[in-house]
Amino acid sequence: MLPARGAGPAGEAREELSGGGACVESTFGGFAPAQPGAAAAMIHSLFLINASGDIFLEKHWKSVVSRSVCDYFFEAQERASEAENVPPVIPTPHHYLLSVYRHKIFFVAVIQSEVPPLFVIEFLHRVVDTFQDYFGVCSEVIIKDNVVVVYEVLEEMLDNGFPLATESNILKELIKPPTILRTVVNTITGSTNVGDQLPTGQLSVVPWRRTGVKYTNNEAYFDVIEEIDAIIDKSGSTITAEIQGVIDACVKLTGMPDLTLSFMNPRLLDDVSFHPCVRFKRWESERILSFIPPDGNFRLLSYHVSAQNLVAIPVYVKHNISFRDGSSLGRFEITVGPKQTMGKTVEGVMVTSQMPKSVLNMTLTPSQGTHVFDPVTKLLSWDVGKINPQKLPSLKGSVSLQAGTSKPDENPTINLQFKIQQLAISGLKVNRLDMYGEKYKPFKGIKYMTKAGKFQVRT
Amino acid sequence: MSGNGLTYSEQGGEAAPELAQEAAPTVTPSTPAAFGLFSSDTKKNEDLKQMLESSKDSAKLDAMKRIVGMIAKGKNASELFPAVVKNVASKNIEIKKLVYVYLMRYAEEQQDLALLSISTFQRALKDPNQLIRASALRVLSSIRVPIIVPIMMLAIKEASSDLSPYVRKNAAHAIQKLYSLDPDQKEMLIEVIEKLLKDRSTLVAGSVVMAFEEVCPDRIDLIHKNYRKLCNLLVDVEEWGQVVIIHMLTRYARTQFVSPWKVMVDEYSENNFYESDEEQKEKDQKLKTTYTMDPDHRLLLRNTKPLLQSRNAAVVMAVAQLYWHLAPKSEAGIVSKSLVRLLRSNREVQYIVLQNIATMSIQRKGMFEPYLKSFYVRSTDPTMIKTLKLEILTNLANEANISTLLREFQTYVKSQDKQFAAATIQAIGRCATNITEVTDTCLNGLVCLLSNRDEIVVAESVVVIKKLLQTQPAHHGEIIKHMAKLLDNITVPVARASILWLIGEYCERVPKIAPDVLRKTAKSFTNEDDLVKLQILNLGAKLYLTNSKQTKLLTQYVLNLGKYDQSYDIRDRTRFIRQLIVPNEKSGALSKYAKKIFLAQKPAPLLESPFKDRDHFQLGTLSHTLNSRATGYLELSDWPEVAPDPSVRNVDVAESAKEWTGILGKPKKEKPTEKFYSESEEEEDESASTSSSGKCLESTAFSLPGKLCLQNCLVHK
Repeated sequence: MLPARGAGPAGEAREELSGGGACVESTFGGFAPAQPGAAAAMIHSLFLINASGDIFLEKHWKSVVSRSVCDYFFEAQERASEAENVPPVIPTPHHYLLSVYRHKIFFVAVIQSEVPPLFVIEFLHRVVDTFQDYFGVCSEVIIKDNVVVVYEVLEEMLDNGFPLATESNILKELIKPPTILRTVVNTITGSTNVGDQLPTGQLSVVPWRRTGVKYTNNEAYFDVIEEIDAIIDKSGSTITAEIQGVIDACVKLTGMPDLTLSFMNPRLLDDVSFHPCVRFKRWESERILSFIPPDGNFRLLSYHVSAQNLVAIPVYVKHNISFRDGSSLGRFEITVGPKQTMGKTVEGVMVTSQMPKSVLNMTLTPSQGTHVFDPVTKLLSWDVGKINPQKLPSLKGSVSLQAGTSKPDENPTINLQFKIQQLAISGLKVNRLDMYGEKYKPFKGIKYMTKAGKFQVRT
Repeated sequence: MSGNGLTYSEQGGEAAPELAQEAAPTVTPSTPAAFGLFSSDTKKNEDLKQMLESSKDSAKLDAMKRIVGMIAKGKNASELFPAVVKNVASKNIEIKKLVYVYLMRYAEEQQDLALLSISTFQRALKDPNQLIRASALRVLSSIRVPIIVPIMMLAIKEASSDLSPYVRKNAAHAIQKLYSLDPDQKEMLIEVIEKLLKDRSTLVAGSVVMAFEEVCPDRIDLIHKNYRKLCNLLVDVEEWGQVVIIHMLTRYARTQFVSPWKVMVDEYSENNFYESDEEQKEKDQKLKTTYTMDPDHRLLLRNTKPLLQSRNAAVVMAVAQLYWHLAPKSEAGIVSKSLVRLLRSNREVQYIVLQNIATMSIQRKGMFEPYLKSFYVRSTDPTMIKTLKLEILTNLANEANISTLLREFQTYVKSQDKQFAAATIQAIGRCATNITEVTDTCLNGLVCLLSNRDEIVVAESVVVIKKLLQTQPAHHGEIIKHMAKLLDNITVPVARASILWLIGEYCERVPKIAPDVLRKTAKSFTNEDDLVKLQILNLGAKLYLTNSKQTKLLTQYVLNLGKYDQSYDIRDRTRFIRQLIVPNEKSGALSKYAKKIFLAQKPAPLLESPFKDRDHFQLGTLSHTLNSRATGYLELSDWPEVAPDPSVRNVDVAESAKEWTGILGKPKKEKPTEKFYSESEEEEDESASTSSSGKCLESTAFSLPGKLCLQNCLVHK
């Protein structure tokens, strides 16, 4: 019984060879292998390189490109000294290497001919996002552990170097993400992670949503998250400040719901970019977001608050950092306090600062929280926590400098992180969320949050 | 383990060896060699072979997974080919997929064996399941075996008229693969492209345009009839397709429409980009009399504009370059806001976008002036981003904002990132030459920097001051004196060389100091860098000509040192100078003019943006990023003097309507949808019904997506 089954496919193959194969042989026997054409597909190959410079994964969509091409990349990496200074586009004699650096991994795409560089870079970022979506985190270990799924996903994402399916909703139907439960079930039942039907989304005009979605609890959550980017100068006045926001959604609704979301004050939004699901025309004419949502987590909208509105700066930093010539000791003192917080608590405050190279060590005492100074990277970080307006957090102490060196030219810049819950600093408010196309009553939730983006204080 | 394997192959040998016999000629030579060399590897592979031949799918799957793991690590798994290829017809879809992965990797190396799999794909091409048809076509076209070119050709032709748009999309991809395998098929492939270009599915559009760009980018005649349809479908095409289509349409438009810039070039190229409405109207009127935009040109601009709101940076950039290359200059400004938005993105995206903004901001400052502060540098930016931002800030500098900018630059000069600080000094130099009002301020600032502690900063300042003084050769004796004093401390060769050159060039302004400097440097000559030595020789020569009484002997001494220097260049220069300045019987007529030669008025160096010459590349391209022609770069043509016949784009109304209703089966959807556009300046371009039906699709699509594809499936089954 067993051998017979095993012989099945092989037998078939043999049969075919003697039939079709022979025919091919006789007609085109003298066919010389053709040279590949001049033009080539967009993304030829992909190499994943870790921090120590090992290529731990390679994938080719066309003829194999030798991994020695990465030597050019390593050269550039050496020249750049820091990972984030490696140029994203590196020309080599026969190829071009386009790379992105995320999660301490370089994703290096090999290109053979002219292509919009952003096309490749954006795609590589999408690959990383997909991995993150599939495995929760994107790291060398995870990728190595799931190499088969990674390969299957990459196979679906590109065909001949051109993106095929990059929507995670579609990909997840084609290749199911690994979960412990599924792995167990698969080993017992012999079923697989690979879907055998074309995802319905792929063909419809709503390619981002799969059909047949079912939930017992229908819920839709929207998070309005705003980030303040600011540069504050020495004296505490604002050099530049702007607010960027996103609305991230987690929608778990049965069927094909059609949602509309409207704002109390849509005029605040100056520049917006949408998830492909948002109907642009509705927005243009009525300033309403109308969309059939993808299933699960997605970013509905990113926006920029118009520059006319003055940006409220929720925190201030008082600083007194001084190095003296000739002395190997410097003074360091910073205090963080709330400014325009609309009565909300500022929390998750974190202060980081890159000290000059000549700083040997710092002896500091915080009034609250914990602080670390790394004498190798010269990075000071102070995890402050919540700001209590009655008792402002401060960090005081002395800095010891390398003896004999002159005092640093510049005082270090202070980078600030913080969070304010239940507040959109721009004042943006969602008016209502309505659902059409389905009968049930979903649970709807909205959350606001303000965070520091790139928030710097020059001292 | 190996013993086990042996017995197995003896018993269960019925299937495998027979297969091997068929393919004997190619396999046998490779296997024994590998056996001898890598015995440990082979042992491992032996057990994989065993698993592949097992009757259990789970064992096969495990084996395939391990093999894919090997491929991913770049290990050679080619010798398993015969064992793997047998599973190509497996019922288990995951095994099958992994076998496909394997085939695509190794088929090229094992062509004869790969042929074994072909018939399986041929059969799968007729499968009722569209996913299976499509993936069969994908794999068939991906195994680069020249012998099957005719089979591929046939499969592509058939797939191009498949009922499933997904299969047709894959057919479009297969075109490119076949073309790169055998360029002789070009003519036949163009026929297929022509057919697929007519396709109305948004799924196919991007892929077929990609194939067009690869196979026959010069055949723009194929686009004419599809132009309006592509414009109208664009919003609904998937994002990657959008990028490709927009780039293609940019090229197309440059060959088909006349320039919208002609009249305006003079008025708009400079700073007066934002002006009062009145002036604007006036100009518009003037424009109307001379130029009316082709409605098709307008259609393209209008339909790409919403895509500036895309979440995909590549799409936004594509639209931005389209507006840059095609839109009237007064309209191109709308892209700046979106480009600035992209600066929030990852470092790599920022890098490319900033490069493009740098090029744009040279030609049309006004576009980005309102966003000046978005380019302020943060200490956490990577150096390459910092330098690009600085570049843009410098381009944007004008009389109004220069004082703010200089204050900002002051912070940058103090940056711990010295490379960036040096770049800032150069930027200050450029601002100083471009804006005459601040030249003195900048110069003073730079002189202050000369007392900076950091050598790189000082050196860079010296170099920049040298350039500045050259453009302003007036009365800067004080600065030169100051710099002469610095010579004792500065060690950076470029800076030393610059100071020496300055002193030599303006030696008549510092008649007391110059000879003394020569004296000092003559002492240190042998220890100087080549660059500095050359300038010492120059200084000597110039002094010899102007002040030979004091410096004759010194110069002779320096020339003697130079004569026996190790460097060829310096010996050469020494000989040349001696002949010129020291008259003897052999020296020719030239020495008479020595003074004129050495002390001629030299043109001041231009402090220019390194992005100055990039604008001849299309924005958003790889060539633009590299500032050199990349392989396969397609030149953007100049606007034609006279527009070619616009009627070529007219589509037979009846035909297109019929075709459309055939697909949708709902003719009542033909309603004017122009009102969806808020800025409907032009009603008259509704000549073709394609545009209205295209929009129709968009407006109604959301209500019947499921049905549409259901229909497709049903029809097929």
